[in-house]
Amino acid sequence: MKIVVCVKQVPDTKGGVKFNPDGTLDRGAMLTIMNPDDKAGLEAALRLKDQYGAEVTVLTMGLPKAEEVLREAIAMGADKGILVTDRVLGGADTWATSQTLAGALRNLDYDLIITGRQAIDGDTAQVGPQISEHLGIPVISYAQKIEVEGDSVIVERQFDDRYHVLKAKMPCLITALAELNEPRYMTPGGIFDAYKADITVWGRADLKDVDDSNLGLKGSPTQIAKASDKVRKGAGEKVNLDAAASVDYIIDKLKVKHVI
Amino acid sequence: MNIQDYKGVFVFAQQVDNELSGIALELVGKGKDLAKDLGTEVTAVLVGSGIKGLADELAEYGADKVIVVDDPELKEYRTEPYAHALASVINEFKPEIFLVGATAIGRDLGPRVSARIHTGLTADCTQLDIGDFPINPIPGKEQLHNQLLMTRPAFGGNTIATIACPNFRPQMATVRPGVMQKAERVPGAKAEVIEFNPGFTPDNKYVEILKIVKSVSDVADIMDAKILVSGGRGVGSAENFKLLDDLAEVLGGTVSCSRAVVDAGWKPKDLQVGQTGKTVRPNVYFAIGISGAIQHVAGMEESDIIIAINKDESAPIFDVADYGIVGDLNKIVPALTEKLKAELANK
Repeated sequence: MKIVVCVKQVPDTKGGVKFNPDGTLDRGAMLTIMNPDDKAGLEAALRLKDQYGAEVTVLTMGLPKAEEVLREAIAMGADKGILVTDRVLGGADTWATSQTLAGALRNLDYDLIITGRQAIDGDTAQVGPQISEHLGIPVISYAQKIEVEGDSVIVERQFDDRYHVLKAKMPCLITALAELNEPRYMTPGGIFDAYKADITVWGRADLKDVDDSNLGLKGSPTQIAKASDKVRKGAGEKVNLDAAASVDYIIDKLKVKHVI
Repeated sequence: MNIQDYKGVFVFAQQVDNELSGIALELVGKGKDLAKDLGTEVTAVLVGSGIKGLADELAEYGADKVIVVDDPELKEYRTEPYAHALASVINEFKPEIFLVGATAIGRDLGPRVSARIHTGLTADCTQLDIGDFPINPIPGKEQLHNQLLMTRPAFGGNTIATIACPNFRPQMATVRPGVMQKAERVPGAKAEVIEFNPGFTPDNKYVEILKIVKSVSDVADIMDAKILVSGGRGVGSAENFKLLDDLAEVLGGTVSCSRAVVDAGWKPKDLQVGQTGKTVRPNVYFAIGISGAIQHVAGMEESDIIIAINKDESAPIFDVADYGIVGDLNKIVPALTEKLKAELANK
């Protein structure tokens, strides 16, 4: 079985976000990580590899620095890494990003493509389903359990108040939730392999069956009209009283506001 | 693509088990506002099996037209037949705006449809307006009017971005549930109902549903609650949520929680407020032992009144609270419950 996992290098938003004076994101000042949902997708692929035997390829699109997440993936147990990087691909929205990744995937053999549900920088959850559309294969998003049965996958798919157990013929694309599993750590042998590994680097010319009009900033249907720091409503009153006085304070406010 | 050919505001009227989801009515409400600004109509697109009867409810909440795609293949939500239904409706009726809820269904369906018809899709919008793009005139660049300006949080809620889709139609957005308001119900209002079936032929993209497991939950939906008593890691344990249950009961409210509480296994995921949980806007939101991480605040800051109780004076929740109480929740919450009981008994 051949599995391709799409991963993204993202700024770690946990520590807050840093901005340049002009309001753009200061990516250089922020630590980067492998996107958590993507890491869960990689772990799911590695478990399928452990259980059924598989070749796991990790694919990313980004700046040359994004090679770091491919080496991390190899250190965890992935077999190969492919980096798609090219100036003309920059500024892509989800449409252009999914076109780029689909163009790369057309060069590869795959039974299963796994992506994370969404990246923590954009939170769109669009690229996985859009890749599947461009490739004409089924998608199962929000996977919470994945099994292989013959030429099909059986996936538990999470909805708000229920889950569906779905069966899809491979090739198929699955999007994974961070809750799917606990990703393994890199192993010392894996880190050694990762250090030695050759990362395949592809540019625009290596993408198959994609028109220039669908790539990069120019190929992006959505455009940013405005970006700004979120304006919050701001703090109201703050009191530091003993318990009884605190209770009286709250009850007074509930009365003033006609809640009680 | 001739952009002038695209007219009208369409919304996906999500139904599950032949019951309209709350988001369907919220989108009709918002769609009506946008349609008014554009001088056009709002059309609800109803997709399922045996669902025609829901058209009246959509009409009563403001839909001018309802397009019904009714087919046995559409009984349960599956990506492919639903994507085919919406893409076919868009190709046939050519709306200028198409809104979908940012639910587990809509966030799966929206990208598949937008990729099929080649247009942009803005995810998880919290505000939609009709306006100019670029917003301010730029010399040498044509300023387009009557564009859909779609505003959404990004980078974990740290920034907000406003997005336009000037050169493709429809302008598509998924919209966070609980943010837009339903219109006032007008009993007896009728809409023009149009039945449309593009034909459904199963292919490799149709997945098979082997089983549907519903989580048995008798818990009220936190998005409908007028009063939410929400607890965070500071509550300390699953058992200690009893304090919050008691307070909620006295006030006729509902208990909700932060992500830390779900991660700790103290409460189920459907009670979680925040970026990866639900967006709520109750009349009163008690934030008890919640530090107020930005991802949590993004899901509750629109509440009318926010009352925070936290022993850490510097907790960021105090930056959004209308009334902040620095103190020990273990003392304050039970005392508050007792005193409220007495107060309400006297009424």
